[in-house]
Amino acid sequence: MVGLNHYLVLSTILFCIGIFGVLTRRNAIGILMSIELMFNAVNINFVAFSKFVTPTDFVGQIFAIFVITIAAAEATVGLAIVLLIYRNFKGINVDNINIMKW
Amino acid sequence: MTYQLLLPQIFLFLWAILIFIIDFVRKEKKHNLAYVALLGIVITTVLVLTSQKGELFGGMFQADSFSAYFNLIFLLTGFLTIASSVEFTQRLPSNKGEYFGLILLSMVGMMFLASAGDLLTLYVSLELTTIPLFVLASYRKDEFKSTEAGLKYLILGGISSALLLFGISLIYGLTGTTFLTEVRTTLIVRFLSTGNVGPALVLGFIFMIAGFGFKLALVPFHMWVPDVYEGAPTPITAFLSVASKATGIAAFLRVFFHAFLIFQVDWVMLMAVLAALAMIIGNIIALLQTNIKRMLAYSSIAQIGYILLGVVAASSRGVSSVAFYTFVYLFANMGAFITAIAFSHKTGSDEIKDYAGLSRRSPALAAMMAVFMLSLVGIPPLAGFMGKYYLFSAAIEQRYIWLVVIAILTSVISLYYYLNVVRQMYFQTSTEESPILMGAALKTALLICVIGVLLLGIYPNIFLNFANQAAMVFHY
Repeated sequence: MVGLNHYLVLSTILFCIGIFGVLTRRNAIGILMSIELMFNAVNINFVAFSKFVTPTDFVGQIFAIFVITIAAAEATVGLAIVLLIYRNFKGINVDNINIMKW
Repeated sequence: MTYQLLLPQIFLFLWAILIFIIDFVRKEKKHNLAYVALLGIVITTVLVLTSQKGELFGGMFQADSFSAYFNLIFLLTGFLTIASSVEFTQRLPSNKGEYFGLILLSMVGMMFLASAGDLLTLYVSLELTTIPLFVLASYRKDEFKSTEAGLKYLILGGISSALLLFGISLIYGLTGTTFLTEVRTTLIVRFLSTGNVGPALVLGFIFMIAGFGFKLALVPFHMWVPDVYEGAPTPITAFLSVASKATGIAAFLRVFFHAFLIFQVDWVMLMAVLAALAMIIGNIIALLQTNIKRMLAYSSIAQIGYILLGVVAASSRGVSSVAFYTFVYLFANMGAFITAIAFSHKTGSDEIKDYAGLSRRSPALAAMMAVFMLSLVGIPPLAGFMGKYYLFSAAIEQRYIWLVVIAILTSVISLYYYLNVVRQMYFQTSTEESPILMGAALKTALLICVIGVLLLGIYPNIFLNFANQAAMVFHY
């Protein structure tokens, strides 16, 4: 029987993979994909909590739909900015996008 | 249900759409849409001032004195930003109108956020605030620095909202609700019946503080700030440094003072340490900066540390001093950035050493910049002194002596880099003699900032009353 804990472990692993990807990926689109992974980990959390904690209430599921929508909006803007980066820097490797240093 | 409570937000949203439409339809792009946007902000301000108090959608939307106070901060910041963008947009090759529409949309998000009574409203309005800002930060499409700033802001903004969401999901899982008042009552009931609320709540706090920490630019989460501030167009930098931070403060206060004040032992010490780190590291790195935008970026990190003193105090006096200082910070910081905008329009430079001899080139501008710098240090009789005085006294009241000692010591350090600008302007000479010319909009914006700094320093009571009312919203 798959219980709440299984979902939470899955979402935590997914979230950690996302953070790891953000920190280690050198490709800007790879970083954006890792951020999407983090959002999806949160969605699993919300849906699982909605099923197990508040079975009669749909707040968690509605929240997940909002998260998906906003993640899509953010990805749109994100890809547009990556396109600008590509035009300016002739590449999307984040190691090269480092004009400003402290 | 009266949808009248939403009127300021709805109006500003429609006005933003109107600007997009005008910009799309018109053939000749001669006229500047800045004045249309300013008119919209003025009307919205009137609507906010005359609006009623109450709540909508079962408490998801709260219109109270707290939201009205912060709405005024956002509107004023937006007004000053747009007024100081007039010349910037005239130089843009294209997309001159959208710029203002995006600023207004971001402000709509901020105004919703100040009224959030539910974690869902909070998240959606936070994203409405930041997504237009990603676009605005990379607005100079062909400039390398600007696009780099946009990408960095986007990535860090994405991570921060993911962290915040993970925290929200844990709180939801723990309580089964996203309404802040219900979260509070559920947690209290759980605490009274079992004696503890478990590690999940603390984990939720940590994730949410990390999420807000990115927005507020607290110290372990501040890496993006100097780069984004330097790369973004200067009016947007000013907007980010004031409005975006005020948004973070409003959101933090809404969540942590509305829902989690009872459990303050679990998060207040963490905030105290973060405040100390922000003050120490922000002020020390600011000493090394040669670019005025980067210097102001680190100074804004330090300023947020001072603001957190009031949060750490976790009392009604603390919240009112936070609200008051946000206004103080608005005038002084916007003023400093507007001076930098005027200066870089003329000279094309953001380097502090190029400010040499400014007191001879344009004495009025130099004097105003000196006032803003002194206010940021906290020299009486300027606004910064009163603001810091209230913050420090709120922290002392709650026995955070060590934090106040750090705050005072770091204020002394900050004297060096703020006064360095004054020294350059007044005691260094340069061969350049031509004055800095400004448009009417920039002059008005600067004048508003100077009057604000002086007024808040000399008659703080007017604003302090409003700040006290705003602080009454929470139960202590």
